[in-house]
Amino acid sequence: MNQGKLTFKGGVHVPEYKELAESKSIEVAESPQFAYIPLHQHIGAPCDPVVNVGDRVTIGQKIGESGAFVSGTVHASIAGTVKEIKMMYTPTGGKAKCIVIENDGTDEMHESIKGKSLDDLSPQEIIGLVKESGITGMGGASFPAHVKFSIPEDKKIDTIILNGAECEPYLTGDHRLMLEEPEAIVFGLKAIKKALGVEKAYIGIENNKMDAVEAVQKAISPEDGIEVAVLQTKYPQGAEKSIIYAITGRSVGTGALPLEVGVVVSNVATSKAIADAIQHGKPVYERVVTVTGRGIVEPKNLMVRIGTPFSELIRQSGGFKGKPGKVISGGPMMGIAQFTLDVPVIKGSGGILVLPEEEVKEEPVLPCIKCGKCLDVCPSRLQPLFISAYALKNDVEKADSYSAMACVECGACSFICPAKRPLSESIRNIKKEIIAKRKKS
Amino acid sequence: MDGKVMDPANNDTVVLDDMLIVSLSPHIKSDESVKRTMLDVIIALVPAMIGSVYFFGFDAIRLLLVTVIAALIFEFGIQKLFKKPVRIMDLSAVVTGILLALNLPAGTPWWVAVFGAAFAIIIVKEFFGGIGQNFMNPALGARAALVASWPGIMTAYTNPDGISAATPLGILKAGEGSLPAIQRMVFGDIGGVIGETSAILLLIGGLYLIIRNVIDWKIPVIYIATTAVVLTLLGVESSNLMFHILGGGLILGAFFMATDYASSPVTPKGRIIFAVGCGLLTALIRVKGGLPEGVSYAILIMNVATPLIEKLTRPKVFGEVK
Repeated sequence: MNQGKLTFKGGVHVPEYKELAESKSIEVAESPQFAYIPLHQHIGAPCDPVVNVGDRVTIGQKIGESGAFVSGTVHASIAGTVKEIKMMYTPTGGKAKCIVIENDGTDEMHESIKGKSLDDLSPQEIIGLVKESGITGMGGASFPAHVKFSIPEDKKIDTIILNGAECEPYLTGDHRLMLEEPEAIVFGLKAIKKALGVEKAYIGIENNKMDAVEAVQKAISPEDGIEVAVLQTKYPQGAEKSIIYAITGRSVGTGALPLEVGVVVSNVATSKAIADAIQHGKPVYERVVTVTGRGIVEPKNLMVRIGTPFSELIRQSGGFKGKPGKVISGGPMMGIAQFTLDVPVIKGSGGILVLPEEEVKEEPVLPCIKCGKCLDVCPSRLQPLFISAYALKNDVEKADSYSAMACVECGACSFICPAKRPLSESIRNIKKEIIAKRKKS
Repeated sequence: MDGKVMDPANNDTVVLDDMLIVSLSPHIKSDESVKRTMLDVIIALVPAMIGSVYFFGFDAIRLLLVTVIAALIFEFGIQKLFKKPVRIMDLSAVVTGILLALNLPAGTPWWVAVFGAAFAIIIVKEFFGGIGQNFMNPALGARAALVASWPGIMTAYTNPDGISAATPLGILKAGEGSLPAIQRMVFGDIGGVIGETSAILLLIGGLYLIIRNVIDWKIPVIYIATTAVVLTLLGVESSNLMFHILGGGLILGAFFMATDYASSPVTPKGRIIFAVGCGLLTALIRVKGGLPEGVSYAILIMNVATPLIEKLTRPKVFGEVK
């Protein structure tokens, strides 16, 4: 086994703040009185409801699906009555149609929920089950897993990487999952290997989680064709392109998919969801959410039903400590600041981070001093200072010519900038302009 | 779902919707700051400043105080005049003031120093947009202006004992006079501008900047190495090479002037080209030019070439195939 030297070029050491929650075992959260389940939690087409107001639903019952290939089926996370179907805000910042279910307290499971044997499933059946179970990338991107696993005929995949880097500060859900459910994670990976007919697989874990490395290592049998790749702890080690380079030395170009270099990357939580779908017949109706930050009385890793409101989880974690400044869905580097707690947990919600008011400093933006630190940390080897300067002048063409589209929006440049310039933020905005302009022409 | 959450402190609910701060990620920032960076440069210059006071006494204190105070006053004044935010607290003017003082001979009159500070801050820095926008190193730009305006004063080097004396490189250029011992050059007991004489004190500061990740080690190392190589190629005897490296402000220039952020390239390859260019020009000026000294003009010329170098050395984007 390698010694944790695997890494990519660039990147930055960020404070980890993992100690708040990393030693807390996953706790099952109370099932909510009301679940608000968005029909659009994923990349792709939104689902249409397949239940009506007034229907009784049970846990794991399909309540929304789409005819489109790129979409993710949604399931009821509690048993009860469909009260309403309405537009609501989701943690991604936009609005989506949500199915509101009132809990009847029975926790009755749907009759379809039955385990299968992996040996009985053909590769096509595995991918079909992944689709039926509504499995989308649980690392945050929420890309439908069955789409990722449907490899075009002309492409050859030879390596699968499970991403257990969890390089976002504060978040510990994947870490806990690797400690507590390593067998399930490895089982899920074996299923992916079978579905794609691939021999070689890696589980990439940063070397700040050596206990997880050990746990996962124990769960692997020598004949599995799975290797634990210990990665250097550096942000953004878990970015798809970074982890592929760190483990295989292959570079995925701008706009290209990992499959172009023969690799498929999945998150460890996604792998666990695949194991649940096969072994227990469980679709994605719950996930691990790290509720953490110094603005929370008792940070926790909770197994949460999809659709549980943020406010409910904050209450179950002892409430706010002091005055909250920011409530973030996800981690501090790429997460989305929320303006309300009336948003539900979705499949991509890895964490709820509460920064107390005193940690949210509004620092003045100073002129760029051209120190070049943003170049040093950029995993895409861009020149954030120049792209940002053009972005702030709304010079779409120039920003594009400096390869703005290669930005992975990791935020490392904004983090390191001594002048506190909104580098990543402005580049993200100009990328939208570039896409809009390309569409027009 | 009515925006309320339990406040454990008073066992009551509070409405939060108007309290939460919303902004784009990232939500945490590093401790790096412009002021801290400038402070690091000042800290790195402390050994050289102490050395200058030790060797040149009150003259050094006088020049350091005059240039720093003048630089701060000019920066404050011009920012007020231009109705720009006053940013003297970022300490960049202090850095410019110190570097300017260290580039003056001990006997420089106060009004020449003040003129230099004005030129550095007003003309080179603020006229071009202030911090980060100066197209050449402000202190070096000012030194060049002073040498052009008062060549006599600016080359009236004195030994630390106050007796006027040629610099080691001046002696080499003229081909007459006796060179000081190498040990004296290492410690700084030689003629020259007040900050360039002690190689060891400058190196301590330079090392600090490298360790603190304030400067890229490649610029000074490649600069000095290139100078040595080109000097050798141009026929400088190896016995005289150490005088060239330790004297004439090469170490001061390589570590503290050529590494100026705004006027040197940000691209990794660009920094190498820049450093090689500085070394090449320094050696050429010293051997083939009319001046004994080449560091100032070498850096200034490369400063002007910086935008071009940056354009030509754009880093290859990750995953991009040529």
